[in-house]
Amino acid sequence: MQGKTKANPPQKQVVLPYGKSVEIAVKSIKSRFFRSLITTMSLILAISFYSYIKTTSHIISGIFASGDKVAARKLSLQGYEIPAGEKYKTTPKEKWILYLSLLVCVVGIVNTQLMAVADRFREIGTMKCLGALDRFILRLFLIEATLQGFIGSAIGAVAGCVIALSGALIKFGTAAVANIDLNNILLSISSAIFLGCLLSIIGVLYPALLAAKMRPVEAMRGRD
Amino acid sequence: MKNSNNIVRVSKVTKDFAMGKTLVHVLKGIDLEIKTGEYVSIMGPSGSGKTTLFNMVGGLDKPSSGCVFIDEIDISQLDAYELAWLRCRKIGYIFQTFNIIQVMTALENVTLPMIFAGVPDDEARQKGLELLDLVGLKTRFQHKPFELSGGQQQRVAVARALANDPAIILADEPTGNLDLTTGDEIIKLLKMLSREKNVTIISATHDLKMLNVSDRVIWISDGRIEKIENREELSISLGQVGERWG
Repeated sequence: MQGKTKANPPQKQVVLPYGKSVEIAVKSIKSRFFRSLITTMSLILAISFYSYIKTTSHIISGIFASGDKVAARKLSLQGYEIPAGEKYKTTPKEKWILYLSLLVCVVGIVNTQLMAVADRFREIGTMKCLGALDRFILRLFLIEATLQGFIGSAIGAVAGCVIALSGALIKFGTAAVANIDLNNILLSISSAIFLGCLLSIIGVLYPALLAAKMRPVEAMRGRD
Repeated sequence: MKNSNNIVRVSKVTKDFAMGKTLVHVLKGIDLEIKTGEYVSIMGPSGSGKTTLFNMVGGLDKPSSGCVFIDEIDISQLDAYELAWLRCRKIGYIFQTFNIIQVMTALENVTLPMIFAGVPDDEARQKGLELLDLVGLKTRFQHKPFELSGGQQQRVAVARALANDPAIILADEPTGNLDLTTGDEIIKLLKMLSREKNVTIISATHDLKMLNVSDRVIWISDGRIEKIENREELSISLGQVGERWG
């Protein structure tokens, strides 16, 4: 028999519904709770710092806007300056530290996620032998990262906000919180959560691509 | 469709690997036909190309030249999607290291290939339970892999391999990590399945117990087929086999 017969070529496609992907991702996070916690921890720290800086700037704006002279003097003593009639903005120094901390956070996430991928080499290969496509693996990692990112940054955002507010309350009393625009605070928290998810996804992108591109033969070789 | 009873056909397959600057010829022209429902063992010393041939047959690797037909489909012509479909629906894999997905229960492991194949949840669950019953693990379907012994994990793997009613089961040293009795049970299970479900079983092995149940044994040496023995011939030469492999 000659030639390359395609008597009954496979027409159907393999599928992985989104609901199932989320289910598997949640299961994976749950059963690797400690590893997930470490990944999430660096995100919590970085995002709570971000949220702290944002909230503090709202508090300071509020204090200057209220015209409370005593509190404003206290602020000046601590090094906060505000041009008359303008809104307070985070200083370049603060921004510089903020960006640095976010960068360190992403590097940390890349590092732990690379370890996680190496850990799960066999699992990934096995899934591929069972018919998983590259994009299933990619999707699983991305969903996991998004979930971790959301949970981590939600905790971080709220924590940073609460720390900033309570710190201000202790230092300046009720004057600190009297003039805060609640909308601004909510906006900061949601931007912090969004940023956290984004960082988490950026951090997992390279490790996840690495995992998705792996050939199923690797699983057969029984790498540990 | 000619030769429709050949589930696997390997034609003039060679495989080269680049090791640094030198090209290593791992397979040097293999011709092989495996019939539906056959129980075939591939034997050979390590480095003989046994695993490479095995991977080709399983659609895990593509030949440098020549063709591998599975169910009369040339797998080198398939794209990534079609290959994934083939792995999902036509081939079941059993590994030496069981490769049960650690974060999932026995049942979830068995239903995973069915999810990929687009089987509805209830149906997949029902079939998963039936398959676990078939391999004798009905009561343990909710156990996680670390709560199961090696033999039980391999049973889960057998059930998982059967999930989409594949035409071929590829078993890579399925008894390699098991003790004698447990290994024996797995071999009997595979033999029973091949008979009842008319599944073709191809295994790479060093296990002599495997030879007793094989319809044919293919000896690979230095990238070529050294000899193919049917079972009748085997029982006569088993003493010699024992000498070589014992």
